[in-house]
Amino acid sequence: MVTDSPTDVAETSTTDVAEIKFGALHLNSMQLRMLRVIPTWIAGILIGFAVVWVLFLADRSFTTATSAGSAIAEPGEFIVTFLNGLTLAGLLFVVASGFTLIFGLMRTVNMAHGAFFLLAAYIAIEIQQNMVGKTRNIDPSDVSPLDWFVPALVAATIVATLGVLMQQLFLRWNQGQDMRQAIITVAVAVILADQMLVEFGALAQTMVWPEQVVHFFEIFGERYATSRLFMLGISLVVGAALWIWLNRTRMGMVIRAGVDDQDMVRALGINVAVVFAVAFFVGSFLAGLGGAMGASFAGANVGTDGQWLLNSLVVVIIGGLGSVKGAAAGSLLYGMSIAFAPAYLPLDYTYYSIILTFVILAVVLAVRPYGLFGRAE
Amino acid sequence: MMVQGQRNVMAIVIVVMLIVMPSFGSDFFVDFVMTRTLMLGVAAATIVFLSAYGGMVSLAQWLIFGVAGFAVGNVVADSGRGLTLGWEPWVGVPVALVVCSLLALLLGVLSSRSTGIYFLMLTLTFSVIGFYFFGQVTTFSGFGGMTGIDPPAFFDGEPKRLYYAALILSVLTYAGFRAVSRTPFGVALQGVRDDPVRMASLGYNVQLHRALAFTMAGFVAGAAGVLNIWWNGQIDPSSISISPTLDLLIIAVIGGIVHLEGAWLGAFIFLGANIYLRDIPGLGSIGGFVEDRILAEDRFNTVVGLLLLIIMLGSPDGVTGLIIRLSDAVRRRFGRSRPDAARLGATAVDSSEPSDADGSVTADRDRSPHQNQAISPRP
Repeated sequence: MVTDSPTDVAETSTTDVAEIKFGALHLNSMQLRMLRVIPTWIAGILIGFAVVWVLFLADRSFTTATSAGSAIAEPGEFIVTFLNGLTLAGLLFVVASGFTLIFGLMRTVNMAHGAFFLLAAYIAIEIQQNMVGKTRNIDPSDVSPLDWFVPALVAATIVATLGVLMQQLFLRWNQGQDMRQAIITVAVAVILADQMLVEFGALAQTMVWPEQVVHFFEIFGERYATSRLFMLGISLVVGAALWIWLNRTRMGMVIRAGVDDQDMVRALGINVAVVFAVAFFVGSFLAGLGGAMGASFAGANVGTDGQWLLNSLVVVIIGGLGSVKGAAAGSLLYGMSIAFAPAYLPLDYTYYSIILTFVILAVVLAVRPYGLFGRAE
Repeated sequence: MMVQGQRNVMAIVIVVMLIVMPSFGSDFFVDFVMTRTLMLGVAAATIVFLSAYGGMVSLAQWLIFGVAGFAVGNVVADSGRGLTLGWEPWVGVPVALVVCSLLALLLGVLSSRSTGIYFLMLTLTFSVIGFYFFGQVTTFSGFGGMTGIDPPAFFDGEPKRLYYAALILSVLTYAGFRAVSRTPFGVALQGVRDDPVRMASLGYNVQLHRALAFTMAGFVAGAAGVLNIWWNGQIDPSSISISPTLDLLIIAVIGGIVHLEGAWLGAFIFLGANIYLRDIPGLGSIGGFVEDRILAEDRFNTVVGLLLLIIMLGSPDGVTGLIIRLSDAVRRRFGRSRPDAARLGATAVDSSEPSDADGSVTADRDRSPHQNQAISPRP
């Protein structure tokens, strides 16, 4: 991103000064270097403490009064929490990788990503209801795998088409004006959210998992829902497909090259406009697929769009904008923190788990301003 | 391009009109349209200030605006949710301002390394986290929110006094931000906006300037938030959720995010459209799909979204930019000479000359979008 590039150079030039004199503050280069490693140290200490806390210290009855015992004392509870984090991370990855793919290639921050998520969720629910032939009280036994996959894929395709339409109409001709593009997508998100409120109402709706995956299994004496593992499976398939597409196909190669140097790709005679449209299709498709998964996992409601825009933003800010690897890392970190905070924070403080998200963001930004896998451009 | 003198004259004329307005306008107009316009205008002006002078488009301003309300509510209310300290209403003012400034300093330091689109995303994230914070942490509010927050007796049941308070705050904000832009700090800030590398190599602390500008904007947004809670008397987390957060950005963008005046103009258009759109003759009788999906009373967000879309597609510097281009065209048509034509070639770095920093910042931005980091094509 061009407007940002001077900043990075500024970074190196300010941090490489030999000493700082600011009022009464005098620091030589040694002290400055010490100062710079402080965030890393703080991050290390925080992570170390969290691990020790979860493994040994947390206790239901003792002074800490958490809702789950330590991992040593109650391995079942720990495994369940870990699986919760992992499965949520899978869903986060599906949605956020679409966001980061679009940004990485086009520098377009798609603020309508959350709205696409919710729209696909509603459409998938509607199609499933039509296929099953019931509008309410759908029982899992009514739902065959086909009744889940067809709505999910059709909804995702519709939303992906809408995304390409938006890109072609509103974003194609002002490519590179990133702030203008972001605000245009804000406008689309606002309109979509309002129109969805009219069309689908303000009541929470859910999509139903197919019968085959709706049961529980035992793990270390705890019951666990198979549907969450099914969701993780889909995420893994999506992740693998994305990896193969980006690393083993010609189109993926072009996209990766485009992320690095768009002008060079264009100069080599590749039709960048088509590549952009494809990337927008895939990015929006991932939002839509995530929407169908999210609708089955947690339901769809007014406000779900904002929530998933936030989720995508947090994941890509932690992981690094434009990096699919970063999206995976960010999803894991964020998903785990969402799962572990309510279980292992002392009971009186569980509602502070949102602050944990903020702390993670702050620490990551202090140590790596461009995210874990982000590159200073 | 508007000349510096003309700009001042217009500002003074508008302020005089606003001073005498309550004698003519209805109570509803004064209380529900103009007071809110001025309060929202101040909040939006902080976005414009950060964007036009600092190159940072912030979505955290509405959060800070709301935090001021929560701060006042916590120390002033004596029953209901929150801390319910039940202190004297005036004490809420310094508490809210200190809380908002410290919060802005913290967020400013955290985000001072990023600009442009990264800054936008980061501040949006802060905003939404703030929403969940006040929703989940029942110590300070909880999702139910707080009610019965009384303003000081001086403002209680006196909508006109509150109107004048909002007007005074608006004038102070407008004059203050323009004055700051001419101080060495403001000039350096504009340098940081245009060329952080050069400023850093000249020995300026780029991040410190960004963080301090953000703190300053947070202080002003907090002051507007205090007036808002006095006007409103209640606040809940949904009033700082993502939708109103975006509304404030929309206000700033409609008005024109590179002109300070645009903030109040945008707020007026936003509120005016909200209240009076359906009264426009002819619009009410369209019927059919348009009526149901766009013009119906509850569909205001669609109207706002469409308005924003049209403005961003057509005139990215908003209604103010449109007005300036129009008046420019009129002047050219009548062949009047341009007293400031000599400044046309001025680069953005020259615009940091204290004598005309403010005027030519606006001017240069109209001429050369490349210098405009807020909404800029890639060079």
